[in-house]
Amino acid sequence: MKWRLLEEKVFRALMILCLGAVIAGLALIVAVITAKGARSLSWEMLTQVPKGGYYLGKSGGILNAIVGSLALAFGATALACVFAFPVCLYLQRDYAGRSRLASFVRTSLDLLWGVPSIVYGAFGFTVLLYMGMRASLLGGIIALALVELPIMARAMEEAVRMVPQALKEASYAMGGTHWETMRKVVLRQALPGILTAILLAFGRGIGDAASVLFTAGYTDNLPRSLLDPVASLPLAVFFQLGTPFPEVQSRAHACAFILLVIVLVVSVLSRLLGSRVSKYSLR
Amino acid sequence: MRLRLLTERLTSLWFLCLSVVVMLLTAIVAGALVHRSLPILRRHPLGALLGGSGWHPMQDQFGFLPFIVGTVWVTVLAMAMAVPVCLLSAIYLAEYARSATRAVVRPLLDVLAGIPSVVYGLFGVLLLVPLVSDHIAPWAAKHLSFLPGATPREGYATGYCLLTGAIVLAMMVAPLIISIADEVLRSVPVAMREASLAVGATRWETVKHVSARFAAPGLVAAVVLGFSRAFGETMAVLMVVGNVPMAPRSVFDPAYPLPALIANNYGEMMSIPLYDSALLLAALILMVTVLAFNLLAQGVLVIAKRRAAQ
Amino acid sequence: MPHISVRDLTVAYDGHAILSDVTMDIPDRQITAIVGPSGCGKTTFLRCMNRLIDMTDGARVRGEVLIDGANILAPDADVISLRKKMGLLSQKPQPLPMSIYDNVAYGPRLHGTRNKRQLDAIVERYLKLSSLWGEVRERLHAPAARLSVGQQQRLCLARGLAVEPEVLLCDEPCASLDPTSAQHIEKRFVELKQDYTIVLVTHILRQARRLADYIVFFYMGELVEHGPAEQLLNDPRDERTKAYLSGTIS
Repeated sequence: MKWRLLEEKVFRALMILCLGAVIAGLALIVAVITAKGARSLSWEMLTQVPKGGYYLGKSGGILNAIVGSLALAFGATALACVFAFPVCLYLQRDYAGRSRLASFVRTSLDLLWGVPSIVYGAFGFTVLLYMGMRASLLGGIIALALVELPIMARAMEEAVRMVPQALKEASYAMGGTHWETMRKVVLRQALPGILTAILLAFGRGIGDAASVLFTAGYTDNLPRSLLDPVASLPLAVFFQLGTPFPEVQSRAHACAFILLVIVLVVSVLSRLLGSRVSKYSLR
Repeated sequence: MRLRLLTERLTSLWFLCLSVVVMLLTAIVAGALVHRSLPILRRHPLGALLGGSGWHPMQDQFGFLPFIVGTVWVTVLAMAMAVPVCLLSAIYLAEYARSATRAVVRPLLDVLAGIPSVVYGLFGVLLLVPLVSDHIAPWAAKHLSFLPGATPREGYATGYCLLTGAIVLAMMVAPLIISIADEVLRSVPVAMREASLAVGATRWETVKHVSARFAAPGLVAAVVLGFSRAFGETMAVLMVVGNVPMAPRSVFDPAYPLPALIANNYGEMMSIPLYDSALLLAALILMVTVLAFNLLAQGVLVIAKRRAAQ
Repeated sequence: MPHISVRDLTVAYDGHAILSDVTMDIPDRQITAIVGPSGCGKTTFLRCMNRLIDMTDGARVRGEVLIDGANILAPDADVISLRKKMGLLSQKPQPLPMSIYDNVAYGPRLHGTRNKRQLDAIVERYLKLSSLWGEVRERLHAPAARLSVGQQQRLCLARGLAVEPEVLLCDEPCASLDPTSAQHIEKRFVELKQDYTIVLVTHILRQARRLADYIVFFYMGELVEHGPAEQLLNDPRDERTKAYLSGTIS
């Protein structure tokens, strides 16, 4: 009897320890990046593009990477949306029924979800070569959209599936077509979940480095068109950390800090939005 | 009225088309990689490529073995660290924690899952690399010299090594494994748990004999999905693992995983014949491995769902 | 001295009372039926008796449940021996994810019986007691989930009895059973009351009439009336009991 209670206590303590360690890991990451990054962050960094000798430690900023990352992530999220939203509407019983096709689409999305982003990067690059293009904003957007699509579609489908069948039937009963029901009932009811899915994908997209490594290129200039190469924050971290100069390395820390802040803000935003927009949804 | 019906038809058709595109996407990506890796496969037999250990692209020598071994080692080591911790954490969340605790911890896990890989990598460089080279490696050299794989080789105690890569990787896959395992454990019927408690089992005994047994397929799927995520992770590992193309013999040796191989060389391969084909073959190997694991996990999850529905 | 006595038992969930100030004694070695419309707190009452209520987030329990004089609701009470003492038969049979044999042997093994021959004897004895032995003796090591629902419920009875409880807590044990299986279970109860105190939650009045020696009537979280079955069924004092018995409230 004593032994059984002891076992219970030991394992319970062990579990708390493990969960505590995971949470502490999170705190440690945020603390280390903030401590190192905030120190080397300056106004100049946020508002200027790199100037001559920047990578040797001279003055300039990483506005190119900030703008580039935002452009890439916005573009990719928009592109992923164009696919993800219709597809997850299609996966509902109203359109696809219990068809073979729907289950294939689901399996495909599940598989795409697992594909490493470096593979999307390599794939994107071969497509660019095939089309005779070079690394550019457009190429980066395409590769990043591939990374975001399954993440977004999965979360979005979850939200859309939560819409009660009875609610849809109420609309059909009044003579609404599928499309009208989707637009006026499902979209409104599932809006918080859909926005959360979009922000989730945006957050993943802006932090992804491996997919834009070959497809978006890197440049010190701000992008002027879709066909220009662009810089991005994750690659700014990676490249600047690779230089032997401490000044430049500390800028890498600052870039990582900016990236972390963006990701955290997006994450908090998605929670706030989720509760804000749900004004009209039934529970 | 006709306009409404026309809209209905067109939107349905449009949805169908996009769905077919998404369905074919996996095949398109895989097909492109196969197509581009054909040139090297025509020159060298697959067995020689996978089993060869010399990597000299200039001399037309492409042996993937060190990279494959590096990937496998870093992934296995990471999972060995992550799995026990993650499963215990998930059990606590699902079986012990009050709903108030869950309401705090779950969002934190989501945040952890959303942190970009370069940030994990930088964290590794800033904190773990010095920790491993200055403290863990010397300690292991002193106390663990009887274990063959646990002592640093002379001159290689830089901290950029398998162990560091594996720790970073373990931290990255933890939120994924915990989330899935937690969900799976929550699907164990409450009545089943209570049936066990009602005959006088402790909570841990209930977990051990009932919940974990019932949820076993789902827990396996969680681990497999974590494994395949770790297998393909690129940037964070690349930043801390050392990238020396030889098979590591101790956890303090550097390694060179497949994703890092692609990431480091893909830009500058145009001049060497077959180099680009070799790297796309590497991507194909990654993709096939990960897809196989994911299919396995999906299959197991389907079984788990069927069980829970009974 | 009564075996179980309840003193001022109050259960609130999120500040909303589910049970208020229940005070009564449960007679020894008899069948006590707890009746009342659904949502009146019957199940919550039962869950207090073996402290499964602890598993419900946000439930606050006050008052005392004394078993042989010891308050089982005290924070330092030995919950495990308590649950060993109080067998549970739930509404829906819930076999554990293991074989028939292991289901019955589950409790005894936890409580320290490891000897194979002893376990065999226990399994046989309690499967016989719950009249399942004849149907499953050939396939003791088949998964319990393959049994029919009626068989599963009898298996759960055997599993509960195998830890040698003193009290059986039954939460509408026939609710999900076909009439034949329900009859099986009811017959068992009549025999089992020789050795056990049985607390039976039911919303079927006829079942209470058939089985109960003592009846307790709950209405909206309140203990309205309790007494020997004869008296409560034939001569209820409270208006609400009368209304319930005549079918006006259900």
